Amino acid sequence: MQRRHFLSAAASLPLAFSLARARAAAPRSDTPRFLLVFLRGAYDSNSLLVPTHSDFYYEARPTIAIPRPGEANGALPLDARWGLHPAMEGSVLPLWQSRQACFVPFAGSDDLSRSHFETQDSIELGQPLDAHQNFRTGFMNRLAQTLQGRSDLAPMAFTAQLPLCMRGPARIANTALANVGKGGVDANRSRAIAAMYAGTALAPAVNEGFAVREAVLRGMQEEMDKAGRDAISAKGFSLVAQRMATLMRDQFDLGFVDVGGWDTHVNQGNASGNLANRLDDLGRGLAAFAQEMGPEPWRHTVVAVISEFGRTFRENGNKGTDHGHGTAYWMLGGGLSAQAGGRIVGEQMDVSEAHLFQNRDYPVLNEYRSVLGGLFARMYGLSPAQLQQVFPQAQVKDLRLV
Amino acid sequence: MRSYRLLTLSAAALAGTLWLSACASHVPPDAASIPAALPDTPLSAAQRQQWLDRVSWGASDSADRQLQRLGLQRWLDEQLAPRQPPRLPEPAQQHIAALEISQRSMEDLQRGIAAQRQAARTATEQGQGEGEGARLRQEVQSHLNQLAAQAQQRQVLRALYSPAQLQEQMTWFWMNHFNVSTRKAETRLWIGDYEERAIRPHALGNFRSLLEASMRHPAMLLYLDNASNAKGHINENYARELLELHTMGVGSGYTQADVQAMAHVLTGVGFSTRDADAPPPRLPPALQADYRREGFFEFNPNRHDYAPQVLLGQPLRAKGLAAVDEALDRIVASPATAQFIARKLAVFFISDNPPPALVQRTAAAFARSHGDIAATLRSLLTAPEALAQQGQRFKDPMHYVLGAVRLGYDERVASDVRPVIGWINRLGQPIYGHETPDGYPASQSDWASSGQMAARFDVARQIATRSAVLFRAEPQAPLEQPPYPDLAQRATAQARVAQWSAASREALAKARNVPDWNTYFLSAPEMMVR
Repeated sequence: MQRRHFLSAAASLPLAFSLARARAAAPRSDTPRFLLVFLRGAYDSNSLLVPTHSDFYYEARPTIAIPRPGEANGALPLDARWGLHPAMEGSVLPLWQSRQACFVPFAGSDDLSRSHFETQDSIELGQPLDAHQNFRTGFMNRLAQTLQGRSDLAPMAFTAQLPLCMRGPARIANTALANVGKGGVDANRSRAIAAMYAGTALAPAVNEGFAVREAVLRGMQEEMDKAGRDAISAKGFSLVAQRMATLMRDQFDLGFVDVGGWDTHVNQGNASGNLANRLDDLGRGLAAFAQEMGPEPWRHTVVAVISEFGRTFRENGNKGTDHGHGTAYWMLGGGLSAQAGGRIVGEQMDVSEAHLFQNRDYPVLNEYRSVLGGLFARMYGLSPAQLQQVFPQAQVKDLRLV
Repeated sequence: MRSYRLLTLSAAALAGTLWLSACASHVPPDAASIPAALPDTPLSAAQRQQWLDRVSWGASDSADRQLQRLGLQRWLDEQLAPRQPPRLPEPAQQHIAALEISQRSMEDLQRGIAAQRQAARTATEQGQGEGEGARLRQEVQSHLNQLAAQAQQRQVLRALYSPAQLQEQMTWFWMNHFNVSTRKAETRLWIGDYEERAIRPHALGNFRSLLEASMRHPAMLLYLDNASNAKGHINENYARELLELHTMGVGSGYTQADVQAMAHVLTGVGFSTRDADAPPPRLPPALQADYRREGFFEFNPNRHDYAPQVLLGQPLRAKGLAAVDEALDRIVASPATAQFIARKLAVFFISDNPPPALVQRTAAAFARSHGDIAATLRSLLTAPEALAQQGQRFKDPMHYVLGAVRLGYDERVASDVRPVIGWINRLGQPIYGHETPDGYPASQSDWASSGQMAARFDVARQIATRSAVLFRAEPQAPLEQPPYPDLAQRATAQARVAQWSAASREALAKARNVPDWNTYFLSAPEMMVR
């Protein structure tokens, strides 16, 4: 596949993984960039995107509902029907207000197993549910394959393992960002190792690996310089998100990251508590990502936040929620369209007991392949045939997100 | 322990001295390949190291001495039919014996977890205290995590130290072939038993028995859902993977109709956690004789679809569980299965693209022996095409990490193998952690991406500089000094380096200290292949 210039340059010149070289071939600021954030464990979308218009919501959740706007610890009003979790006040709400965020409720997969394992896999594979599943190719990898001809495509998983959605024929790099630079191989030793591989078939991968590492470490140096200038040092997802932003601003345009800890069967809390803390960390991280990208690259970036399914609409006996069906996706980006930015988009219905799916969950009205397919078509100008390669047999709906 | 090791070492050292002198006089040190028919002529040090890297979890000085002592033919005979149970060095035996999964029977473990679950439910229902039910549920999860972690430790201890090295490699191979994942919650309870009682005993035995043992185990029945496959509620998941991943292989000629037929045949194949002598479920008189209960395995005629089925173009004549047997016989006997298994073995041991003649030869051995795994392996490993291809197999993380530890510390048993598991995790091949039923892939392109190479060098550096973490009694205890092995002193390391490229030897020559020499040695391109 065509790699970014700096990577192929690094490959042909074994020792050339310097700052200057990496920067020289950075994606242009108007290169479309896409980051998929997968919330593993099925986050409770009803606590994030609160159906404040629904009396039934408050009946069904006596201890864990987010109060109505205006009440103590109440939801932040988004429109007449929906509110946002109060933990998002300093992070995602400003993005919404500046039309750089939108939500797609009733989103998800038609997979009905309600198994984390099966549904995460089936979403990442992105294949029709009733057909034979090919475990070797995920939809992000197929997107990368489809975009291969574009000279500056550089996909990257910001995870310790290559996730299922990025596995497949297109070569995709991966690196975890939380613990970089501890006990690894330093620059001098990297050169000595790279020299052993000169002229071997593995040389490109070895050099690229060192080049990426250098870039990550450089980004960390930037962090430390900033911390010196009294910036608050980030931790948790915020830290990872900042590092991702540096890398996606300078080098990578197709990214993946996952965030765990959403399986809130017990004591999930409401405006404060376990889930609120997780949402707070996530929101801060995403806002930091937008900030760090810089205005122009951010204008061409879309971050999609998805999860394998939603949770039961009613609170369970342990002040938590169980495995459900429909959830809410988030789309963030500096270039969201006027129809999308600061709006609730996609097919919707009133939130009432009568509309529950199997009398327990949100239905799925906006299937993930349809939503993401429509987004990819717009971002990358994909033809219907190309879309079918990414999401075979999908009925793609254009939500005009960008 | 002491006497055991001394005995082995001195015997091996004696034999080794004699062998080496014989070797030096008869065989040129750079002989290109092992002779085809495995005559007991001496091999060069490099050839022995290549052979051990292929057939064991990695060459070490003691393994090399043993190979020299026995000669290739006898060494392979012993590996293909190892003494059972294999005798590990005493500290490794003790470590395994002390694990909860070794001390309690599977029945006991299962009842214990069920009781813990019940206690959590009761606490919740009775509203005992704030969060008591949640605390108890948390305990169940942490207990399940411990059971799975112990199974990982046992696998690593055996892989590192068992004298039955080929059996251990094949245990991993079949665990991966009949993959189940601890990501599916209940698997954590069963995984140790699955490996110990369904897979390892058959790892060098008969493929048909192995297939049936995996089919009957709760780990597989849960993971691929056949436990919920019943008449009127067909679940094709296991039936499909049985044909696609376990036996014939995708595109080998079976059809969707065969998958459906197999799913119907498999209805009622499940397991029960009731007491082994509990009375069977109430059954119509005509079906009572069909009921089976063996250990956890249960065949429940009430859930079985007795409609006649056609599989692979022929009707099945038997009924009930006997129809399952007939179907498995037919599937295992199909040429597609011999071909599929032969190719997978050849890829695992030899290279991404094994010579077609080698695959044919191996498939023929499988068919001729009716799925005798040892006979199939003997044919594969001693085939001239296999002996001629050395160093073509890119090491997956298991082979890389275990090989480095065996080389570095040989028979000195780690008191804590969790760092080994951590290194393997870091490289993306967590034991029992592959989510989908296809198991970990084997090809170079699956393990040699840029991020994976960078991570591999990081792990190399850690082993090179801090592998004494394996010998701490407590995680916080200080490391012994120096906290690394001196790899340059290992005879098998020296034998390797002599064969390496000028570029690799140049890097080694530049190393200024032992940790750096170790780092470059473990990072060399030649160490990435076996």
